[in-house]
Amino acid sequence: MNFDLTSERQMLQDSLRRFLSDRYTTEVRNDILASDAGFSPDIWAQLGELGIIGAMFSEEQGGYGGAGFDIAVVFEELGRAGVVEPFLDSAILGGGLIASLGSQDQQDLIEQVIDGSLHLGFAHGEPRSRYDLAHVETTATLQDDEIILNGRKAVVVNAEAAGYLIVSAREAGAEADKSGISLFLMPVDMPGVSLRGYPLLAGGRAAEVQLDKVILPASARLGAAGAAYPAIAERAAAASVALAAETLGAMETATALTRDYLQVRQQFGRPIGTFQALQHRMADLLIELEQARSAVINGAGHLDAEPQLRDLHISATGNLVARTGRLVAEESIQLHGGIAMTQDYELAHIAKRIVMAEHRFGDADYHLEQFIDLSTA
Amino acid sequence: MDLSYSVKEQAFRAEVRGFLSDNLPPELAQAVRDGRSLGKEGHDRWHALLNAQGWLAPNWPKEFGGCEWGAVQRHIFEEECCRANAPHIVPFGLSMLAPVLQKFGSKAQQDHYLPRILSGEDWWCQGYSEPGAGSDLASLKTKAVRDGDAYVVNGQKTWTTLGQYANCIFCLVRTDASVKQQAGISFLLIDMDTPGIEVRPIILLDGSAEVNEVWFTDVRVPVENLVGEENKGWTYAKYLLTHERTNIAGVGSSQAGLAAVKRLARSQQHRGQPLIENPHFAARVAQVEIDLMAMSTTNLRIISVAAKGQAPGVESSMLKVKGTQIRQEINDLARRAAGVYAMPFSSEAVEGSNEVPIGPEGTAAVAAQYFNNRKLSIFGGSNEIQRNIIAKVKLGGGA
Ligand SMILES: Cc1cc2nc3c(=O)[nH]c(=O)nc-3n(C[C@H](O)[C@H](O)[C@H](O)COP(=O)(O)OP(=O)(O)OC[C@H]3O[C@@H](n4cnc5c(N)ncnc54)[C@H](O)[C@@H]3O)c2cc1C
Repeated sequence: MNFDLTSERQMLQDSLRRFLSDRYTTEVRNDILASDAGFSPDIWAQLGELGIIGAMFSEEQGGYGGAGFDIAVVFEELGRAGVVEPFLDSAILGGGLIASLGSQDQQDLIEQVIDGSLHLGFAHGEPRSRYDLAHVETTATLQDDEIILNGRKAVVVNAEAAGYLIVSAREAGAEADKSGISLFLMPVDMPGVSLRGYPLLAGGRAAEVQLDKVILPASARLGAAGAAYPAIAERAAAASVALAAETLGAMETATALTRDYLQVRQQFGRPIGTFQALQHRMADLLIELEQARSAVINGAGHLDAEPQLRDLHISATGNLVARTGRLVAEESIQLHGGIAMTQDYELAHIAKRIVMAEHRFGDADYHLEQFIDLSTA
Repeated sequence: MDLSYSVKEQAFRAEVRGFLSDNLPPELAQAVRDGRSLGKEGHDRWHALLNAQGWLAPNWPKEFGGCEWGAVQRHIFEEECCRANAPHIVPFGLSMLAPVLQKFGSKAQQDHYLPRILSGEDWWCQGYSEPGAGSDLASLKTKAVRDGDAYVVNGQKTWTTLGQYANCIFCLVRTDASVKQQAGISFLLIDMDTPGIEVRPIILLDGSAEVNEVWFTDVRVPVENLVGEENKGWTYAKYLLTHERTNIAGVGSSQAGLAAVKRLARSQQHRGQPLIENPHFAARVAQVEIDLMAMSTTNLRIISVAAKGQAPGVESSMLKVKGTQIRQEINDLARRAAGVYAMPFSSEAVEGSNEVPIGPEGTAAVAAQYFNNRKLSIFGGSNEIQRNIIAKVKLGGGA
């Protein structure tokens, strides 16, 4: 047993934390939130230079990390600062899928992802799929040497900034079958692709993506026909680790802000942190924070395990972090009083990041259900 | 023990239901259902319709143009209005200030202000809280100094709900700094058009613009705008708070919210079946429904005590805590029911527009509402302050 970070990861953590605490202040971030792009290309490029994107890929893939703990270290820091730049979409999901399934030509794109010049989006979820990874109604029809895509993709984060979308579509099987799903590397500006973009409540942007007889060469397929599900599930697991770590970092900020505020806010002639009723609530948050930290470690440490065991741990992490995250977000707001309800206050954004994280790859109930299925299987 | 409503009460319910179905404009009901802001026009419109019916002021005595309904009748009315998704009546003039004026105001104040509240000519907001005086309201610092026939007011109020629509504000101000805090506070009525008043919006975390800061610089308020006696404001404020806490349980809102959650969960698919049939989700909905059933009976129990003329005491604190917990839990369920479609932020969803919503019906505003309604346990006396009251009364030490 050893719970220390390797020296490389320690350095990664230190440099990222320093960069973000210097550069990603509340004011800077609130300006980014209000901007049309929804993220800062400038910050993105600098983080690319710092090697943060490269840390999401293994050496064979052209990076220098890629393991569960690399993801956890980076995302915890991103979460701590409430970063809204699309690391999950361009690196973990988009880049990760190309890295795991792509041909040599397709893999060449990873370099541009790592240096920050290429954005990606994962166009997988659909209006009726909720969090079910196998539910794909979008169709891919092979005609001669071409693929024709038809369907609608829901809440595709980072779609407008992306050069390519990784689109899932069904080549065989029924709408919720695991087999028969393929992935395609699709330039966003293809005829037949229409985007309806919008901001997200917790920052960043997404789009509804309509695919109307989009014609791609068959070479746009990532990996073998109909066989993409295992890679999708593996990346969803990585994304869940990333989101859990991000939430953990955000919970650290929420509890730190709350602790500080309890010490400075005076009511009835004394700091409100001297009221025992509030002290106990604060103590409970700190207890749950350590639970979340351990859950993230469990999840990150099992990202390379065989799928059944991996997913058991991922769902445990997802469930616990969603539950404790909600508690920390709600209690931090409550213990602050009205001030935490204001948009410009750091905690407001942090609380939104925490709570909305469970809407991407499954909420507390979804993960609970997965956990029950897997632990009784 | 008899849990049923009397024949008269049932007839009243039918009458209210009939009125709502004939008179509540469908676009207003739809806006309420979607969680959109109504704007001043929307509020004014419903206010006028209720006023025309004579049902605007359920709790006012008849002599002032009110309905003088009993507690049970008021409860029925509230329940039916929520059920029909009628807009909430903005409480500041009608149910906060008016009872104070009726009890402590001068004849001239009653004659001038009460009809204007009914007609909608005046829109009141509540100027109590200050940056340094939240839970500890008595520490407020906004100063009013007597100068001839006027008070000169300086200071800052904050969290002033819908102050951007208001032309009048009732304020607690400090008129004597030399005595015990509570003994140096007065209750002033201030015209918002008076020079020296500035209203600045505070944007809340869900993007809504419903609260404001109100700044006062050498604002001259005629002495006849003092309510009751100088330095007695705290007594009036406490009286007002007992009114703020009637209907604190929000039973009607919770019932409407729960119905909306069920509607949404019926339309959402999860693993090939409607989400409402998913055992985990169904269990959560059932849990909160069970809590709500019990709470609504607690509410009726307290109402029936009030109907006998006894003032509810610590029970209203209990209802505030339980009622807001239930409403917030319902908001959480709605957010979760929406799945990925809880994520989009659409100011159109909140402000209203003709754009096609992004997600399925009923999903657009759920996350924003979840965050916005964190306020429920903070304002109106925070839930911690309510627990302090309960503990103080029940553990001894009086109160
Ligand atoms: C959306 C919104 C609308 C509002 N509208 C209005 C309005 O129209 N007019 C108006 O005048 N005010 C309004 N308020 C203000 C509201 O009444 C205050 O927010 C409330 O009184 C709490 O004060 P505070 O925010 O300063 O928190 P604080 O009083 O600073 O409290 C911070 C935390 O400490 C806790 N706490 C404080 N004292 C104690 C204690 N003795 N024991 C245990 N815990 C304690 C509180 O419960 C809270 O958790 C509004 C507030 C909000 C958020």
